[in-house]
Amino acid sequence: MEFKDVLSQLNIPAQCKKYGIPLWQCPTFLFLVMGIVIIASSLIAYAIGTRYIEDPEIVALIVLILTAILFIMAFIITRSFERLAEANRMKSEFISIVSHQLRTPLTNLRWAIEFLMKGNPKNQIEYFQILKENSDRMAELIKDLLIVSRIETAKLPAKKEDFSLKELTERIVKEFEPLAKSSNVEINFFSQKNLPNIFANQFQIRQVIENLLDNAIRYTKGNGLVEIKIEKRPKSIYFEIKDNGVGIPKDDQKYIFQKFFRSENVLKYQTQGTGLGLYISKSIIEKSGGKIGFKSQEGVGSTFWFTLPLIKH
Amino acid sequence: MKTILFIEDESALQKTFGDLLTQEGYEMISALDGETGLKLAKEKPDLILLDLILPKIHGLDVLKRLKEDKETKEIPVVVLTNVEGLPEIDKAIELGATTYLVKAQYSLEEVVEKIKKALK
Repeated sequence: MEFKDVLSQLNIPAQCKKYGIPLWQCPTFLFLVMGIVIIASSLIAYAIGTRYIEDPEIVALIVLILTAILFIMAFIITRSFERLAEANRMKSEFISIVSHQLRTPLTNLRWAIEFLMKGNPKNQIEYFQILKENSDRMAELIKDLLIVSRIETAKLPAKKEDFSLKELTERIVKEFEPLAKSSNVEINFFSQKNLPNIFANQFQIRQVIENLLDNAIRYTKGNGLVEIKIEKRPKSIYFEIKDNGVGIPKDDQKYIFQKFFRSENVLKYQTQGTGLGLYISKSIIEKSGGKIGFKSQEGVGSTFWFTLPLIKH
Repeated sequence: MKTILFIEDESALQKTFGDLLTQEGYEMISALDGETGLKLAKEKPDLILLDLILPKIHGLDVLKRLKEDKETKEIPVVVLTNVEGLPEIDKAIELGATTYLVKAQYSLEEVVEKIKKALK
């Protein structure tokens, strides 16, 4: 931690402003108050102790124990308030981002309707297309938000079934071919023969593959290549998707699985998208007992992978 | 005929505004990102409608560069965005935007009225 970071931590009004809560609920302020209470209590305990107890060692021991108890209590209280304040800040930020994400398609819808209402019969079909696309965008965002809510309240459906990851991926690749073609991207799919089935929620795993494939195509510049590979590992099935797209800047990589995080590099090429896909994918894979990760180099491309445990028959 | 450059990455808005402004007797040039917007601004449109969340170059950087360039600094710029934070509004006005409009707060006709006013 740099010296200026330490100084900024000591700036209590600025710290409290960051959380957007009153001073008396602010963890930094509470920590300061608790510190004063501990010092005062220790001094009072010492003064009383020396008056009634003759042995100075026992007095010192009592003061020490009291100070330790008060310190632990103060730490627990301020930590709880800190967590509450952070949750409050994140909730406000979440609402602000969601509102903005919903506003864009809403404005598109509203203005397209207003234009149609002015009596413009010529190219009505194009405007109906705008209405459809933007209602789909809103539906997509709401669907993702509901999944996030289910993830956070641990209510994501847990119904699992036995299915072939290879066959599921083949179907998804086929569905994405029109998008890949229009984006001038080629998809190569390689799978090991005789792969065992996996045991997971098929709908959720489909969502993960769709998110990863959608990202790989969207963030790949012209004449792109997306390679998908599935193979068996000793205790799991390994899925990999590699693109030669824009890549993720090094500084952004640690935030990539966070809710609503969108890399600067991504924004250069695509401003649409909910920013929830990778967060959802990580949650689903981890809930299914697997692991997810990536490696990426800016300007060279990204490789996202996940593993899913093999069924134990 | 007056020309308006619309720098906006939402193709739906490009379409709606393109048709509407043509009906109103203007010529509209479209740019889907900040970089293209800066290039097209060299054609000296009569007004620039500028979004803020843009691919390649952020709208506020586009505005800064427009106002620093001798060729484009006199062109009125109307910021049309859904970003309604006070820092962005202050920054845009400080950089020289003629006006700052939050999309969600205006009807299509109100925006057109604001554009006409800015063109005067």
